Amino acid sequence: MSGLTLETSPTTGDEQITNYTINFGPQHPAAHGVLRMVMELDGEIIERIDPHIGLLHRGTEKLIEHKTYLQALPYFDRLDYCSPLAMEHSYVLAIEKLLNLEVPIRAQYLRVLFAELTRICNHMLNIGSHVMDVGAMTPNLWLFEIREDCLNFFERASGARMHSAWFRPGGVHQDVPLKLLTDIADWLDTRLPELFEDAMSLVVDNRIFKQRNVDIAIVSKDDAVRWGFSGPMIRAAGIPWDIRKAQPYDVYNRMDFEIPVGTNSDCYDRFMVRVEEVRQSARIMKQCLAEMPEGPTASSDQKIVPPKRGEMKQSMEALIHHFKLYTEGFHVPAGEVYVATESPKGEFGVFLVSDGSNKPYRCKIRPTAFSHLQAMDFMSKGHMLPDATAILGAIDVVFGECDR
Amino acid sequence: MATVLHSAPKIAEIDGIAATLSGALGTMLLHAKEEHGEIVLSVVRENVEDALRLLRDEHGYQQLMEIAGVDYPAREERFDVVYMLLSLTKNHRILVKCRAAENTPVPTVTTLWPNAGWLEREVFDMYGVLFDGNTDLRRILTDYGFEGHPFRKDFPLTGYQELRYSEDEKRVVYEPVELAQDLRSFDFMSPWEGAQYVLPGDEKAAEQPAPPPVAQPKTTDKPAETGAGKPADKAAPKKASAGSPAQKRTAKKEPAAPAPTEDRPARKPRAKKAGNEGGSGPAPEGS
Repeated sequence: MSGLTLETSPTTGDEQITNYTINFGPQHPAAHGVLRMVMELDGEIIERIDPHIGLLHRGTEKLIEHKTYLQALPYFDRLDYCSPLAMEHSYVLAIEKLLNLEVPIRAQYLRVLFAELTRICNHMLNIGSHVMDVGAMTPNLWLFEIREDCLNFFERASGARMHSAWFRPGGVHQDVPLKLLTDIADWLDTRLPELFEDAMSLVVDNRIFKQRNVDIAIVSKDDAVRWGFSGPMIRAAGIPWDIRKAQPYDVYNRMDFEIPVGTNSDCYDRFMVRVEEVRQSARIMKQCLAEMPEGPTASSDQKIVPPKRGEMKQSMEALIHHFKLYTEGFHVPAGEVYVATESPKGEFGVFLVSDGSNKPYRCKIRPTAFSHLQAMDFMSKGHMLPDATAILGAIDVVFGECDR
Repeated sequence: MATVLHSAPKIAEIDGIAATLSGALGTMLLHAKEEHGEIVLSVVRENVEDALRLLRDEHGYQQLMEIAGVDYPAREERFDVVYMLLSLTKNHRILVKCRAAENTPVPTVTTLWPNAGWLEREVFDMYGVLFDGNTDLRRILTDYGFEGHPFRKDFPLTGYQELRYSEDEKRVVYEPVELAQDLRSFDFMSPWEGAQYVLPGDEKAAEQPAPPPVAQPKTTDKPAETGAGKPADKAAPKKASAGSPAQKRTAKKEPAAPAPTEDRPARKPRAKKAGNEGGSGPAPEGS
């Protein structure tokens, strides 16, 4: 009762609101995986973002150094698990470049066909989750239906829905049945445009979607180059740079397609570039299906490509090759190459150092997300906290690949 | 290089680009090579920043795509730091390389490209290469409080620490790695192509030390020194009889093979215990 004095709060009467720091993630539905961002906020305005990555670091590059070239291949599926075949593509091309190995034309067509199917599959996930990050639920559900179709096609080609391990040094693992190709053609003509355009009609002109994305995180052309952007991120900035066109690999030089570019370089442009890329991918796939010749699906170099099972049962030499290739593996001439392909997310590179043995001496993987995520701080400065999810969605980040 | 058979990405072919760039780099360049269609320029470590600035500003390599570390433990300056540059305007790629040791920092290129920050952090984290001038050289991919540089060749694949959720302590605990089974590493290198191990059964050959040196090497110059006696009688090789002597049958009885042993005679049954055993038969083997 008497003698009770209330302690005065040191902040009472202090009208200045100090910056405060929050953690975004590592468990956050909009973080697209395990991303922890330490955000410094001034009210609801982002002052600074410090992304902490590496929560999914599995030491893939070190593991690869302890495996033969063929054994290391499945690790690539597990990098960007949303576009597994695109990851394998860089790796097999790097090995083939060191070996100077010719790939039969049908295998090249099959690779391009499935790389583009992977691109559609990847963009379905990204477009859907980007839309969901800014508040729309329905398109994601519809797009997942297309993604499910894609995964079924992968399963029919390789036996696995996601971790296909289907691209091999020298070609592809197995030929595909004709029915699969005709089914893909039907799907491209009917189901894909129907579902995709339906879903997009809900989003692209949607007022709320535009309010959340237009003029968010504008990056100038110069900045996009300086920050090492690639893929849809650099194209949205108005630079028509696409490795498929500029530095064609496999049969991309035979394909007729266009490179969509953005005009405003904001999140909406990045989104729209991906939407258009899906249509262009479908166009490439149709050309592949129309032009694909008959023929072998893997190189005839018996010292690299293991023999078929039937052959192995008949020929002593094939049996020896089979045994040697699955124990010792093939040797790759010493040297170092950097091979980058246009993965759905941007430039995915493999820097392969060989010492002439059956295992890579060093395999450095260039993830697409590394440069993009690094620019997160500079892109979101001055934006509102909810914009961070839109920016992150438009980067299209997958942590399997970012953290490796 | 021979004809290009592979279908890897084709960059623009620019005549004499390697010579042009080598000339431009001048004394900063250690050596340049073109292998497998890749131009690799090795530069002096102290000049990395200047060399890359020159390549970026005057030769149109606008983008830094990647920085990779490579470890060669046998070398004095054990690390390679490789910069992958891309020219969007020339549609060309080059690799720029420099060597570094643990205690010789490489000049940072964050002054040239803002995205070099994370790339250098990664090389530092994985290999322990220091970058002079990088103001934010924290670890990036490994755990908070991680020790060591995991991508060095002498860092074990299993690492030193593992973590698990402890039900007792209700938190994640760090423990030294304990493997139930040693990590197996199969060496499938052919023994004819320089396998690094001793073949089973070949241990002695590998262990045998070299014979000690002899002061006076023993030589055999004259037939007398060979140690062979006088040549034998000339008639010696001649056969005395046409064939071997015929076997003679004698009446004397030759010892026959011993009779086959019989079964072991049954042991005398033991005195019966109080128990349940029959005890009449021979004791079971090994009892």
